[in-house]
Amino acid sequence: MKWLLLSIVVTATALSDLLQSHEMKKAGEQSVGARGLARLLKTIAMRRYLILSIVCLAISFFAFMALVQAEPLSFAVPASASSFILETVLAKFVLKEHVGVRRGAGALLVLGGVMLLAR
Amino acid sequence: MRDNSGARFRTYSLLGLFVFLRPLGNLSLAWGTKHFPQVLSLNPAVYLRAMVDPFVALGIGMLILALLTRMALLSLADLSFVLPVTAIGYVLATLFGQVFLHEAVTLQQWLGSVLIFVGTGVVGTTSQNTTTPGEGSE
Repeated sequence: MKWLLLSIVVTATALSDLLQSHEMKKAGEQSVGARGLARLLKTIAMRRYLILSIVCLAISFFAFMALVQAEPLSFAVPASASSFILETVLAKFVLKEHVGVRRGAGALLVLGGVMLLAR
Repeated sequence: MRDNSGARFRTYSLLGLFVFLRPLGNLSLAWGTKHFPQVLSLNPAVYLRAMVDPFVALGIGMLILALLTRMALLSLADLSFVLPVTAIGYVLATLFGQVFLHEAVTLQQWLGSVLIFVGTGVVGTTSQNTTTPGEGSE
């Protein structure tokens, strides 16, 4: 059951992040001050892909909630972070971001760290 | 050159806020769910009852604010920049797990934390935004 929950967390998180990154870049710079939050919420309400990204995030969240109850936090959090490798690849090929040597090497170091953390 | 000091400062301010909000939210959520008497299943009523728990509610509140902060961050920086840099939060989550939930953290896990710390630093030296700047609301 824990691997099924983990798969749901990873897939839904990756889809959510791709949609968010694409839409937020299009929306322009945002902030989280009092006025910035109001503008951000308005932006979310006006963009259907951002709403879809939040639905994906909600699915990921409920799966994570069940996972964190059954497994130690020190497993659940780093294990669910494995989604970021999938997302880095998708960011390069789908979002056309420049993932150079330093960024790639840094991401691999983080992956190594996450794998050690996950035991 | 797309990066400028103002945008970089705003990016790191949002990063700092996010990096603390998420592990604190996860900690509160974990504390609340671990002390919740029922097993969370596919039944939504059980989830709704769990959300009334103050620690679960506080955790959800902090995670919602963390989500909005991260969305603002993604308006300024690449996804492939944000993902490894925010991974520093997992080090904090491990630390909080040990200190507050009394979970055992091994030497191997601390080594993992060091790798994440170094990797985050390396990615932090790259340009935060390599795609086209925001076009503004349509």
